Amino acid sequence: MKLELREVTKRFGDFTANDSIDLVVRPGTVHCLLGENGAGKSTLMNVIYGLYQPTEGQIFVDDQPVKFNGPSDAMAAGIGMVHQHFMLVPVFTVAENIALGSEKTSGGVLNLEETRVKIREISDRYGFHVDPDAVVEDLPVGVQQRVEIIKALVRDAEVLILDEPTAVLTPAETDQLLGIMDQLRKDGKSLLFISHKLREVRQISDDITVIRRGRVVGSADPSASTNELASLMVGKAVQLTVDKDEPRLNSNAFEVENLSLVASNGVHLLKNVSFTVNGGEILAVAGVQGNGQTELAESIIGLHPKATGSMRLNGEELLGRSTKQVLHSGVGFVPEDRSKDGLVGSFSIAENLILDLFDTKSFASGGSLKRAAISANADRAGSEFDIRMGSQEDAASTLSGGNQQKIVVARELSRDLKLFVASQPTRGVDVGSIEFIHKRIVAERDKGVPVLIVSTELDEIYALADRIAVFFHGELMGIASKDTPRSVLGQMMAGASYEEAVANQHEDPEVLLAKQDAAEGVVSEQHAQSIIESSSAQTATDQASTSYRGSVAAAQDLPWADNTDASKGEKA
Amino acid sequence: MSVALDTSRTEETAVVRRWKNPIIYAVLAALSFFLIGLNAPDKTVVFRLSDGLKNFSIPDLSLNAGVYGWISVVAMVAIAAFAFITMNKGREIPRGLQGLFWFFFITGMLVWVIGAARSSELSLVTLLTGALTLSIPMIFGSFGGLLCERSGIVNIAIEAQLLLGAFTAALAASMTGSPWVGLLAAMIGGVLVSLILAVFAIKYLVDQTIVGVVVNVLVAGLTGFLYSRVLQADPAHLNSAPKLPTFEIPVLSQIPVIGPVLFNQSVLVYIMYITVALIWFALNKTRWGLRTRAVGEHPKAADTLGINVNRLRFTNVLLAGVVAGMGGAFFTLVSVSSFNANMTAGQGYIALAALIFGRWKPFGALFASLLFGFTLQLNFVLSLLGTSVPTELLAMLPYLVTIFAVAGLVGVSRGPAASGKPYIKG
Amino acid sequence: MSAEKPKAVKPAATAAPANPQMGEHAKPSLATRLAGGGFGLSLGALIAALFLGGLLIAATDPATQKAAGYFFARPTDTLSAAWKAAAGAYKAMFEGAIFNPKGKTFADQIRPLTETLTVATPLILAGLAVALPFRAGLFNIGAQGQIILGALVSGYVGFAYNLPLALHLVLVIIGGIIGGAIWGGLVGLLKAKTGAHEVILSIMLNYIAANLILLLLKTPTFQREGSSNPISPILPDSALLPRIFPGSDLNFRLHWGFVLAIIAVIFASWLIERSTIGFRLRAVGANPNAARTAGINVANGYIIVMAIAGALAGLAGVAQVAGTEKTLTTGIAASFGFDAITVALLGRAKPWGTFFAALLYGAFRAGGVMMQATTGTNIDIVAVVQALIVLFIAAPPLVRTIFRLPDPANPRKKKASKNNSLQGAQ
Repeated sequence: MKLELREVTKRFGDFTANDSIDLVVRPGTVHCLLGENGAGKSTLMNVIYGLYQPTEGQIFVDDQPVKFNGPSDAMAAGIGMVHQHFMLVPVFTVAENIALGSEKTSGGVLNLEETRVKIREISDRYGFHVDPDAVVEDLPVGVQQRVEIIKALVRDAEVLILDEPTAVLTPAETDQLLGIMDQLRKDGKSLLFISHKLREVRQISDDITVIRRGRVVGSADPSASTNELASLMVGKAVQLTVDKDEPRLNSNAFEVENLSLVASNGVHLLKNVSFTVNGGEILAVAGVQGNGQTELAESIIGLHPKATGSMRLNGEELLGRSTKQVLHSGVGFVPEDRSKDGLVGSFSIAENLILDLFDTKSFASGGSLKRAAISANADRAGSEFDIRMGSQEDAASTLSGGNQQKIVVARELSRDLKLFVASQPTRGVDVGSIEFIHKRIVAERDKGVPVLIVSTELDEIYALADRIAVFFHGELMGIASKDTPRSVLGQMMAGASYEEAVANQHEDPEVLLAKQDAAEGVVSEQHAQSIIESSSAQTATDQASTSYRGSVAAAQDLPWADNTDASKGEKA
Repeated sequence: MSVALDTSRTEETAVVRRWKNPIIYAVLAALSFFLIGLNAPDKTVVFRLSDGLKNFSIPDLSLNAGVYGWISVVAMVAIAAFAFITMNKGREIPRGLQGLFWFFFITGMLVWVIGAARSSELSLVTLLTGALTLSIPMIFGSFGGLLCERSGIVNIAIEAQLLLGAFTAALAASMTGSPWVGLLAAMIGGVLVSLILAVFAIKYLVDQTIVGVVVNVLVAGLTGFLYSRVLQADPAHLNSAPKLPTFEIPVLSQIPVIGPVLFNQSVLVYIMYITVALIWFALNKTRWGLRTRAVGEHPKAADTLGINVNRLRFTNVLLAGVVAGMGGAFFTLVSVSSFNANMTAGQGYIALAALIFGRWKPFGALFASLLFGFTLQLNFVLSLLGTSVPTELLAMLPYLVTIFAVAGLVGVSRGPAASGKPYIKG
Repeated sequence: MSAEKPKAVKPAATAAPANPQMGEHAKPSLATRLAGGGFGLSLGALIAALFLGGLLIAATDPATQKAAGYFFARPTDTLSAAWKAAAGAYKAMFEGAIFNPKGKTFADQIRPLTETLTVATPLILAGLAVALPFRAGLFNIGAQGQIILGALVSGYVGFAYNLPLALHLVLVIIGGIIGGAIWGGLVGLLKAKTGAHEVILSIMLNYIAANLILLLLKTPTFQREGSSNPISPILPDSALLPRIFPGSDLNFRLHWGFVLAIIAVIFASWLIERSTIGFRLRAVGANPNAARTAGINVANGYIIVMAIAGALAGLAGVAQVAGTEKTLTTGIAASFGFDAITVALLGRAKPWGTFFAALLYGAFRAGGVMMQATTGTNIDIVAVVQALIVLFIAAPPLVRTIFRLPDPANPRKKKASKNNSLQGAQ
């Protein structure tokens, strides 16, 4: 089935999220919509799926104009969607989730048998291994995603929209998904694949459309180099690496020993994690989202009182202290989700700038807030950190993401720190702010402060790290040097120890996975072959490819591009 | 190589020990030791079992309060000890044993309070019949709450639904002389309250709890005002409702104890049986039920599958009005036959408590309502028997139990995930 | 969102995610929504509610009903009768609440105003008890129970001890504060430690408190000697809040509790807007996650704000038992705790807003008594009008439609405290 968008525009008030988008998804192909976070991809998908009505423009299915008043119209027209945040009811079984909305009944009684049969059918056909009677909340993320795909297929979707499907997957799971997509394509389905990860995009796409700030800025062939794609995506070539000297270590140290955290259901969120961050260096923590990095950062700041082990800052034990005590002992913390944990959206900018300092001597006396001091502080931070605001009395929620993040960073860096911890310091932030924030982080390191950065973006890791720690399922898989190749990190992120990853270094993990998949019949021989071939051809550029917004560098300039010598890795 | 192909790789989990239950058991067993063991009245408690049986009779159940007290204490102590041992090994306490503990605790306390009364003989049938009857508004009320909450709308306005239902039932039945018209009017009364709740909570996105509380104030004021201005002006014609008929189901009503209790009742009780069964069935076995639960747990998922979230919620809130309204009819068509200002006396709130205590499940809400009804009836019975236990203490029981329930001391109450959150498309 | 501000940076990278994802984060909290909205809105709601109340009075007025019988023959009769009924009732209410021209002396004429202030006193204090938790994101519907506990303790200190003049009163006041603070703090404690919902907890504690006072007033410690009613001894003069205008010929009931209430408003205003504690509480209310991450102890925040709220409600209990009633009865809290909810909502959870809302409702209550006495219009209409006002305020689009007020969702400038986008672009 062919899906076509002609001059589709979507406005929210004065803001144009999609500006006159043209797009054709040919039958039996994977069409990739490539763009930075916030480029308007998700909005466009919601328009196609009937969740939003286009302000202007027209959608065509097999050259017939269609109008969707809701998702059910889109589904009826053969469009299915795999949402970035799964649209699954956690307490329902797989069958219940899939039947929902198009339930069969016999004599008024719900009949799920037919659904179960269909699930097994599809599951067998694509090798999904999904049990119709499993409860969704008990399933791993990768399987939940397959349930989403089945949901679309059961409804006879011919066009499948996949919205950032790999964001929550490990590299191995990602490859499995790409295999599934290939198989669907071979079955004649049309796939619209939304991503900002260039490696995946080049690997699977037939056509690529790049959008930026809501506009189509070009289309590309999958054979285009990552650099070409990246510059299309961000508009201008941006220096990826931050200028920084070799770390000058000092005797300050943040030592973590046997840190463990167990969830109430007995799952280890952190398991015997031990490492040291020295004064004057940046330790960057890598890993797929949800592998314990968040808990690590939160444990340091005292948000998980049940954590066990030991965390010493310059010899002083932090574990067991309250968040406030930890902050007051000189730890600066930037949480990963600023709107949830970093800011009070309805508070003014000035108030947010003292959110964890409001009861210090500088801003309060005798239980009353010192308004003049708070205001002066906002003026100072505003100019020092280049926070673009109308008035410091404006609600923080009215600012852009980059400026909001600058508030958090400004607040945390405006006191003398003994340790700086930042989770996803530049998530959802514009290019200019990324550079600014990165510079400030490096400046803090150069002051001699131990810095711990958590990021799921490998490019950010490479840009900032002096050493790289990799997490998987709550365990520290190892600490690697900053010039460890991407493929080694990738294996560690999928659960290999550093030694294993290095040993497998010359066998590309993708090749291995593809072979394994082929052996298990998960993906077709040819697909496996194609991965094996393309993989070796791509390795060099892939390692340089950028998967994060606004970060482009010529592959040959990157220090690690041709450096695949495993012996350089160090082990903590 | 050890690259995991799937995150489903079995993770070893740590042993999690939850000491809450063993501790609660120990505390209650200790309390029982002093109360129903050491302080047991040396009296024989007699439960009459034959009431309501026509053709035969069965002997009374006589228990020595002291003996039964000690049996209960020993059993409770044993279970508490066992709970500590199993939990120490990292295992859960078997459900059957948990049930057994509560059985001994409740019956032990029952025998003890009755033994402490001046007269220690009572009819079990009367006790249970009364309990069932008094539970009716709470059962209907909690099911009205259930319909709302399972689809994601908090219903604090059960009290208002009961009160307006009682008012319209009395008025309509008095004017027409037909209790059936009264019952219909009760449903309409309940729906009217639902309509306000739905419009404000769903259309205007007002905080559901606030609307509920304010609607309760509104309806209490409105019915109070109309009662004094309208009903009181002509009570003979406007406030003397005929009662709903009572009938006995042959054969079934002759089963000892439970027969007279369950099958010789007002027609509203039989309607209640049907309503309970119907809602349980519909919620778990039908398309509507699946969608309702989906909308209460993850409305956006339902929306992406083409389910109109707010329309379904609206419908369910109105349905809740029908059900809770019938509960209101109890007050003026079953209990007494005239309306009085504020006659529901907070039972809507107890219904809400029952819903929470019953963990938002139909049979949970049913049994919680019955338990609360039982404490109400026990209160009456005890004051008749002449007890030294202040009735206010017993009256507090449902509220205390609910606090324990929501505080997670008695099981974990996990409500529908989306309850109370307005659904905004997009 | 940010497009209207001239200095807003290029929206490209930021505004896009703001739109599709606004559902979760941009949904204004209860507190911010309450703090928004203008005076025009409140006035509109007041007028609309009074109008509907007038309709209700007219519709239930026998003379109007009679005239309506021949409406089509002479419609003006109906209208004039309706006007007479409604206007008469409201006039009586005014005379009972503000100024009675029929009074012989000036003191007689303005006595209604002092009555209004007397009734408003517990409303102000209890209203603050609801308003402050709102700002911390909690809905305290437990003011009723907190008033009762405050009254219980302060009343007991009052009648059970004989102490020197000033000391006694101080202890009476402190006792009330402590009693209320414990009852309110209990809600905060349970919420903080177990995650139980404060609404359910406070409903249950209200009923427990109501039963508790009943229970205690039947015990010899509390019951008045020789009385069979649940009533305590009269408080000695040393324990009483003195009258503000003490002349016996004046017969004004207004006592120093009113001054206490004004002090409480000033204190609450400083506390929530200017103090570090207030900063902490507002942060907890607006975004508990961010507050926690910033080192603010959210659990303590809940306990503190509920204890302060309880203390304020307890003070309302003091005003009742040591000011207005002078003795402890089961009805000591009347319905002040529930009225306080509507007061706080009308006052938009701001201390001075609450103060003026309480004066208005105090006038309704005081005037309602006169209205009932002289025109036979039941005082329950006051509850109806109160509830309607709040409903109208809670649904701004409704009032805006009625009165064609401008929509503040599109303000020229966004202030930190307001975020009315709930009904916005969706």
